Amino acid sequence: MQEIIVTELTQAFQQMARDIAHYLPRLIVMLIIALVGWVVAYLLKLVVRSLLRLTKFSKLSENAGATQLLHQAALPSSTELVSRFVFWVAWVGFVLLGVSVLGIAGLQDYISRFFLFLPRLFVALVILFFGLVAASFFSRAALLAAVNANFRSSRMLSIAVRIIIIIFSISMVFEVLGVAEQTVLVAFATVFGAAMLGLAIAFGLGGQDLARKFLERKLGQENKEEKEDELSPL
Amino acid sequence: MAEETLLTDEFLRQLINVGEVDIVVGLSTHNHAKTIGPVVGAIQAGILKCFPRERVAIINADGGSQDGTTELVKNASIDDLWRDSKVYALRTLHCISVRYARVPDPSRALQTILAGADLLRAKACVIVSPDSTTIQPDWIQRLARPAYSDNFDLVCPIYQRQQFEGALVRNLLYPMTRSIYGSRIREPYGSEFAISGRLVTDFLGNGIMNHDWARMGPEIALTILAITGKYRVCQSCLGAKNHSMRNAHDMVGVMRRTVGALFASLDGNFSFWSAVNGSEAVPMLGTQAELPPETARINRKRLLEMFAGGVAQLEPVLRSILSPSLLSELQRIAALGLNDFEYPAELWTKTVFEFAASYHKSTINRDHILQSLVPLYRGRSLTFLSQNRNGSGDNLETHEESLCADFERLKPYLLEHWAERK
Repeated sequence: MQEIIVTELTQAFQQMARDIAHYLPRLIVMLIIALVGWVVAYLLKLVVRSLLRLTKFSKLSENAGATQLLHQAALPSSTELVSRFVFWVAWVGFVLLGVSVLGIAGLQDYISRFFLFLPRLFVALVILFFGLVAASFFSRAALLAAVNANFRSSRMLSIAVRIIIIIFSISMVFEVLGVAEQTVLVAFATVFGAAMLGLAIAFGLGGQDLARKFLERKLGQENKEEKEDELSPL
Repeated sequence: MAEETLLTDEFLRQLINVGEVDIVVGLSTHNHAKTIGPVVGAIQAGILKCFPRERVAIINADGGSQDGTTELVKNASIDDLWRDSKVYALRTLHCISVRYARVPDPSRALQTILAGADLLRAKACVIVSPDSTTIQPDWIQRLARPAYSDNFDLVCPIYQRQQFEGALVRNLLYPMTRSIYGSRIREPYGSEFAISGRLVTDFLGNGIMNHDWARMGPEIALTILAITGKYRVCQSCLGAKNHSMRNAHDMVGVMRRTVGALFASLDGNFSFWSAVNGSEAVPMLGTQAELPPETARINRKRLLEMFAGGVAQLEPVLRSILSPSLLSELQRIAALGLNDFEYPAELWTKTVFEFAASYHKSTINRDHILQSLVPLYRGRSLTFLSQNRNGSGDNLETHEESLCADFERLKPYLLEHWAERK
């Protein structure tokens, strides 16, 4: 009995030693890949940070309103955030590459999925960023046009433009990421439809006077204001 | 090169038929059928009266008129004028009309006219606005003579204005051009002017029209080229001009074409204007009679509302253009009542200079910067109106001169912001 236990234990230890001997070089390779990956990712982070500073990315992000959002969420600056993101994506990529060297059967599938997901993540982030830029640009353009046309609710119009563009961008981001595509589509259609219907009702009921004045002007019934002179600029 | 791309075969054929001329009168039109008849009549009468011995051609560059403007120009007959005035021109008066595009483009129109004048080897080219319903025949002589006979390269107009007219020219374009470029040209954005053949050739050849800003405001580009190129510039007193057609409703468009072009011109001419101190008088030909004052029904309350509303609603935009101290000062005056309201000259000057510096640095989209200036201009217009409502011409002149002095005095403020923001 004792001999059997000793034999089994010896065999188990020998098997473990063989397994360790088999995996140790792979583990070392994985650690080396992870270490090299860290160095590469760090260098990449420095390069990206310098490039973003050179291209004045922070200004673009400030114009897009992203800086404000980040500040409110107590997050670092956009330049820092993007460079950190690049660092982590690169390093995690290297670590997963190292893990794949270990040859663990169940992990291979997840690793390849991760690498397939990266381009979509990148596209989604680009869409989000340009969505924010577009939202900021068009909301400011709407604000300026409304103010110069002496429209009373200029800010509200500008905010509405911003929100619509952001919602549209986010729905595109979710679609690219493949997250709850159907739900997002239905939610977007519902929110957008509701907003449009709300606006139509609001203008229909609240803007009767405005519409009447507009038609009166168009039909040539001059009112008192029209008889006023404009201050000639040139 | 410019000529090759600007001149169509048909236009070239017409120019070749004319041969060489002494003077070209250019008209840039787009649906001006209502006003073009009297304008062409006045031009013909002016030529008949003052230049009967000179070879003259009228070049009409049309931007796709649909109302028969070009036909009116081409068919304008000088015979009636001959009968009325009993003066006969010794030369044929040629009239050429060319469609340079299907949509109006002021810079292409001007280039087309100047390219035509250059090919015809004209010694002087007079540009006349097609909506100048108050044009008199002697305007042609007043504009053309200095360029044709007196060796001036650019003849700028001086119009007789009512006290409430030309608010943008008086409060921004003139004072700023004067302080920046050092020349006291009263109408840097005149719709009538004359240029010598030499300046025409240089203007077409030096590539200035390749710049966006020059295409945006070709008239102001020409003025700036004449100043920076040390050409001989003078001013000629014309008379009262009907300014109603110079669209007051489209303030943003006006701002783009004038202030936008002026701001943008500062980038490429920094070495010139940064070395300019003070300003020099520009010779003035003729005398200007004061117009009898007219009453204007301008809604001052609405102007104040637009200013105050603009300052309040555009606060986040203005924050990225103006310094905090200036913005808070604007917010303070925006809270004043109609009777107490005043947008002081110094504050206005600093506002304009900070806008120019922000435009240079493109702190936000450049067009948005210009649009943000519109409500502030309305505030300044209100002060301008209040100051001159009951004043005489002398009073107006005093205020204008004081504003110009502020612009010249505060030029280091612009330089400081220019460098600081850099």
